[in-house]
Amino acid sequence: MSQPRKQVILGAHFPGVNNTTVWSDPASGSHIDLSSFTHFAQTAERGRFDFLFLAEGLRLREQRGRIHDLDVVGRPDTFTVLAALAAVTEHLGLAGTINTTFNEPYEVARQLATLDHLSGGRAAWNVVTSSDAFTGENFRRGGFLPHAERYERAEEFVATARELWDSWPADAVRAAGTDFLSDASAGDFEHRGKHFDVAGRFTVPRSPQGHPVVLQAGDSSDGRELAARSADAVFSRHSTGDDARSFYRDVKGRLGRYGRQPDDLKILPAATFVLGDTDAEARDRAAEVRRQQVSPQTAILLLEQVWNRDLSDYDPDGPLPTVDPIVSDASSIVRGRARQVGDPVAEAARYRAVAEAKGLSIREVVIELTGRQTFVGSPETVARTLEDAVATDVSDGFILVPHITPGGLDEFADRVVPLLQERGVLRRDYTEGATLRDHLGLGAARPASDWGSSASAAHGAPTVSVATDARASA
Amino acid sequence: MTRPARNAAPIHLAVALDGAGWYPAAWREPGARPVDLFTARYWADLTSTAERGLLDFVTIEDSLDLQSADPFSDDVDTRTDQVRGRLDALLVAAAVAPLTQHVGLVPTVTTTHTEPFHVSKAVATLDHVSRGRAGWRVQVGGTPGETGHFGRRTRPTIRRDLASSPEGRAAVRERFDEAADHVEVVRRLWDSWEDDAEIRDVATGRFVDRDRLHHVDFEGRHFSVRGPSITPRPPQGQPVVTALAHQTIPYELAARSADVVFVTPHDDEQAASIVGEVRGAEARVGRDAHPLMVFADLVVVLGSTTDAARARRRRLDEAAGAPFTSDAHVFTGTAADLASLLLRWHDVGYDGFRLRPAVVDDDLVAVVDEVVPALQRAGAFRTAYDPGSLRERLGLPVAVNRYAPASA
Ligand SMILES: Cc1cc2nc3c(=O)[nH]c(=O)nc-3n(C[C@H](O)[C@H](O)[C@H](O)COP(=O)(O)O)c2cc1C
Repeated sequence: MSQPRKQVILGAHFPGVNNTTVWSDPASGSHIDLSSFTHFAQTAERGRFDFLFLAEGLRLREQRGRIHDLDVVGRPDTFTVLAALAAVTEHLGLAGTINTTFNEPYEVARQLATLDHLSGGRAAWNVVTSSDAFTGENFRRGGFLPHAERYERAEEFVATARELWDSWPADAVRAAGTDFLSDASAGDFEHRGKHFDVAGRFTVPRSPQGHPVVLQAGDSSDGRELAARSADAVFSRHSTGDDARSFYRDVKGRLGRYGRQPDDLKILPAATFVLGDTDAEARDRAAEVRRQQVSPQTAILLLEQVWNRDLSDYDPDGPLPTVDPIVSDASSIVRGRARQVGDPVAEAARYRAVAEAKGLSIREVVIELTGRQTFVGSPETVARTLEDAVATDVSDGFILVPHITPGGLDEFADRVVPLLQERGVLRRDYTEGATLRDHLGLGAARPASDWGSSASAAHGAPTVSVATDARASA
Repeated sequence: MTRPARNAAPIHLAVALDGAGWYPAAWREPGARPVDLFTARYWADLTSTAERGLLDFVTIEDSLDLQSADPFSDDVDTRTDQVRGRLDALLVAAAVAPLTQHVGLVPTVTTTHTEPFHVSKAVATLDHVSRGRAGWRVQVGGTPGETGHFGRRTRPTIRRDLASSPEGRAAVRERFDEAADHVEVVRRLWDSWEDDAEIRDVATGRFVDRDRLHHVDFEGRHFSVRGPSITPRPPQGQPVVTALAHQTIPYELAARSADVVFVTPHDDEQAASIVGEVRGAEARVGRDAHPLMVFADLVVVLGSTTDAARARRRRLDEAAGAPFTSDAHVFTGTAADLASLLLRWHDVGYDGFRLRPAVVDDDLVAVVDEVVPALQRAGAFRTAYDPGSLRERLGLPVAVNRYAPASA
């Protein structure tokens, strides 16, 4: 026998509020009823996924000053729906996206620790940093945080949360004889830093995982550094080929500086899939899904994001505009969205080149150039491609985003998962242990002080470590 | 058996869940499950028991500060003999929602340091996952402990003695004004989606009709919030807002913002006068909504005889090392006597009661198995749940959306 095969980590991303999700399909159900979330979560658990994943955006998207109405709009509160799902699942990890700009560590640490208790150790937090003033209009402090400081705050936020999670010793709740607590100082904490100056007592006893799993989803160099220093996993957009491999190498290469091993940080790109009985059938279905994803109205809207101007008078079945894009950061027409177009002029040139070469209409070129399906093929093809990707360090697994709510994962669980299990790269049962950390092979949670000190050793003295040191010497 | 009722409306009954119960030594009683306090199973069990008793709703206590002997003091609490630690109440409610069918779920959420935007979508989501059974017990924070947990606040914290000085009263007033703004924003956000906003119109490619989504554009002293919510309107439209109140300022907050107020009369005389004060507060703030539903809070120590109940109380006090004191009246006696008290206060204008079990494993069960049947025999309490939302159960009117065009 050869080496044990590298295991595939699988996350199940509940379909989100962008045009990957096809709501116009007759099979598409509610995006808000608990029944949809339950169906989705139970399918993921049946398919032995590691975790369910929820994205989050704290302001409804707008385009040209109006609420974007072509994609699914609206979603539940992340923590609340995950807590409900804890009651209807047993093993599945429950990962929620929570922003570090428009929250406070005391509350978020409490909510995560609570979710970890309620789920018996299955909580995870995808740390995001969106800090725009547009989103800030929904919150007390508005758009208070300069873009450049978003990761500084995020890092100090995560460090503070870890300190709070450590504030109750594992054996603090004795609940015997006359002692409820074994230690009168249970929950004591103090954090003095640039972004957070807090002290007192934390309300939640140490949770089953100690520290919930922390994912990070930012792509800039600062984002990658935060992942290397503070996270257990990265949610990325780099899902295929050499682009993904170089991202993988880059992020894993940053770990050594913090005294961490490559296995300590899992790289998990988002990925879509379309199955068919044969590869050819899958390709046909994928083309159909692309047409559903890019309705005539969506085609114009996506083109406006490149051209950065009003194109509502253009015919989606006609040719690309001859006018040029507007180049100005300040006048961006899209708001409340994570991804934005880099260089509009270069992008427009690319659109024109493809449209001309293939004779495509606006809708066709948008279908061609926006969003590819990651895995298209028969179940055998998809299982093999997925296993190969993980084996060749494209990633450590994938966070799969189906197109249809809530049934879009069913086919994958029924047809691809058994093949992955046969190949020995996916568990047949949750036997590694009860917690998400166990599923991911992450080992026991490292104490907050440990994260802080390795960071300071390798990286000068960021605010967080200063605070930690001050505390230690106090 | 029926009684000559002066208040013909049925009694509404809630229990207030907190740890092992409201007595500090509750966790040490035989049968208590202190090591389970932080598990989902424990809370599922308590809410199922409440549901077996056909109760209207349960409230779940919470605070952004650890329990302490004196939350208004700057001194560090060093006790180890009482329950310390709590889970986030709203998430506990969400985790029991799929396991129950009828009982209302009313977690405590603080207004002082929290974001109205987050609170609004969290309670709305609780309403979605419970299919119309969510409420919110609005709690005004501001203790020194809480303030330290959020750091950046320089405004005065609320201390016990502050309430007697003019600055103290101003600080209290400010906190309650902020709370009223907070609830106002939360309520607007609940309405920021019309019920039929989701249209899924394939012909025009539109998932929602954006004319049925509304900015809320709240501008206040403490925060401004633009909206709309990211969460569609909850099934009840407006989940049930409740508040505990002991004095004029809190009565006015309740009158401005809440559907249900919990008050704390200690005897028949106060029971009558507090209802009058609440009605006065409603008039002063110009409440035009459905009148506040008034619930009396009672801590309950039940026993098969009055002596047995007293003996329990003594035992609990001895274990705690001091007699229990409470903002609410402590009823010590039999289920039948408690039922008589509830019927009597019901007649002077109480819509319902929120019972705080001294020891949850004993007194919640006694409420369900003995007090409820006694009220049923008196014809004053339901014998089965009717289908419907928590609002419907409480007899609150349909929540008309403030942003929807009035239907012709
Ligand atoms: C795959 C991926 C998923 C993301 N999902 C979310 C999300 O659900 N909510 C959010 O507010 N931001 C999300 N983000 C945004 C990032 O967390 C980050 O705030 C943003 O990308 C800006 O940071 P950067 O410049 O490092 O990329 C996502 C980013 C990536 C790469």
